[in-house]
Amino acid sequence: MSDFQPIILKNIPDYDKIEVYLKHGGYKALKKALKMKPEEVIEEVKKSGLRGRGGACFPTGLKWSFMPQKTDKPKYLCCNGDESEPASFKDREIFEKNPHQFIEGTLIACWAMGANTAYIYIRGEYYKWIELLQKAINDSYAKGFIGKNIAGSKFSADIYIHRGAGAYICGEETALLNSIEGKRGIPRFKPPFPANYGLWGCPTTINNIETLANIPAIIESGGEWFSKIGEPKHPGSLLYGLSGHVNKPGIYELPSGTLLTELIYKYGGGVKDNKPIKMIIPGGSSMPPLRGDEIEGLKMDNENLKSVNSYIGTAGIVVMNEDTDVVKVIKRITKFYYHESCGQCTPCREGCGWLLKILDRIDKGLGRKEDIELLADVASNIEGNTICAFGEAVAWPVKWAVKKFLPEFEQKVKENISLPIANKVHALRVTYQE
Amino acid sequence: MEIKFTEENLKKLDKAKSHYPKSDAALMPALWLAQEQFGWLSIDVMKYVGSILNIPYEHVLGAAEFYTMYYKKPVGKNHLQVCTNISCMLCGAYDILDYISDKLDIKTGETTQDGKFMLSEAECLGSCGTAPMLQLNNYYEENLTKEKIDNLIEKLSKS
Repeated sequence: MSDFQPIILKNIPDYDKIEVYLKHGGYKALKKALKMKPEEVIEEVKKSGLRGRGGACFPTGLKWSFMPQKTDKPKYLCCNGDESEPASFKDREIFEKNPHQFIEGTLIACWAMGANTAYIYIRGEYYKWIELLQKAINDSYAKGFIGKNIAGSKFSADIYIHRGAGAYICGEETALLNSIEGKRGIPRFKPPFPANYGLWGCPTTINNIETLANIPAIIESGGEWFSKIGEPKHPGSLLYGLSGHVNKPGIYELPSGTLLTELIYKYGGGVKDNKPIKMIIPGGSSMPPLRGDEIEGLKMDNENLKSVNSYIGTAGIVVMNEDTDVVKVIKRITKFYYHESCGQCTPCREGCGWLLKILDRIDKGLGRKEDIELLADVASNIEGNTICAFGEAVAWPVKWAVKKFLPEFEQKVKENISLPIANKVHALRVTYQE
Repeated sequence: MEIKFTEENLKKLDKAKSHYPKSDAALMPALWLAQEQFGWLSIDVMKYVGSILNIPYEHVLGAAEFYTMYYKKPVGKNHLQVCTNISCMLCGAYDILDYISDKLDIKTGETTQDGKFMLSEAECLGSCGTAPMLQLNNYYEENLTKEKIDNLIEKLSKS
């Protein structure tokens, strides 16, 4: 697929500047969309088969159609640029290289759903990219594409950036809503779903930055055109992020279903020091890891990754060569989730700490044989028992690493090891029973 | 020192308030402004922010405590936050962290005696393609090597 033309990260110098963007047909799709009926826009997006790029792969057109048409409440669109999943760094590439296409997509989405306000949630650490995007928004306001009577139409919409302040959980859509409302970013129960009860109790849709950046191309070239790119069940291009032990890490925009080996060896320039691959995380740290022997012929899209019990997630790929200590890596990932758990649900709040403690003692050579089973047990008691998907994000890497890399764990545990009794009072209570 | 926003920051806060249908939603932008002006969020600063937005102090504290980027303690002039999450770890982030720690003779979480440097270990900063990296106050320093650290610290020591 070397003849593939990137949809988002186009190879045009200074494409981030509004003049250059306009010269290459920028904001044309917006004008076209404004002449269409909102239902027609949603229909076109449905036809494209576009799926959310934030990890859950939910069909975007369908999500948009959940927004109530007749309501006296204001409607909102939230653009999720929290991007805190370890190994994901694609949205900042869009803010830097093609902010206007994203802004245009946001405006089309606002028109399709009847939203007059869009909030762009960006993680607080992305100070530079917030500045860049704010400049792009200001330029777009100045040209009349945002604000009152967009491009001469009767439609008005405002776009505001909301800066986060360092919380992974705010990438979860309902936590993001709470954060925009100025509260602690803790996830909400669903139902009610945001389409009915979102920001300040009003209908709200949350889309990923990359998802929205695809919209102008869909409106301009048609949903059918888009649906034919890459894998039919997960069409379009993906912004693959390569990191870890690769020679040329970075973001590569390629059609969905690109071979993982091609990504690593052709685009990523191969593995560091030419060593064999031991482990791969296919889509951000929360996705189940793959063994090096599972990647031959593996296509990178959500449907194909299911065959190896994993998912595409945010398409952030971490390559680890044979020198990698799997237990250390899983421990580091778990430490991250331990740090980021919002503490609302007991299984996650307590479970993260337990997992970390067990992994830590295994890593230090103080683990018992039963600890491996215990890891899987704790993980399975977190999974599915929490309000949001964070529970799965903690449990999956541990659960699947234990399944797929069992020898690595077994090597580190010892047959006979007795752990010190952590709580002597408790221990006495047990023996005291008459 | 009297705790009061500057005229400029009050204007910025009014603008932020206009972005939301309810003014209490401007709490996060208000805390950012406060942190910029006062350096960190002391209890008095949080009380002031609460009074200006008409939010109980406890709510302000609750939000400020939740988000790691709001400083609840004073920090050094140059805050070096080294990312040690997977991609960076695989590319030698812990070596970088140890190197800075030895060089400045401080442990993670500590500030140098002259108040110039503070060192922290950070979670993924979304810069995995340019690992190892660190965040220096608001901006990123990427593709780090020991030489780069030497140059950076030398430059910052002089300023």
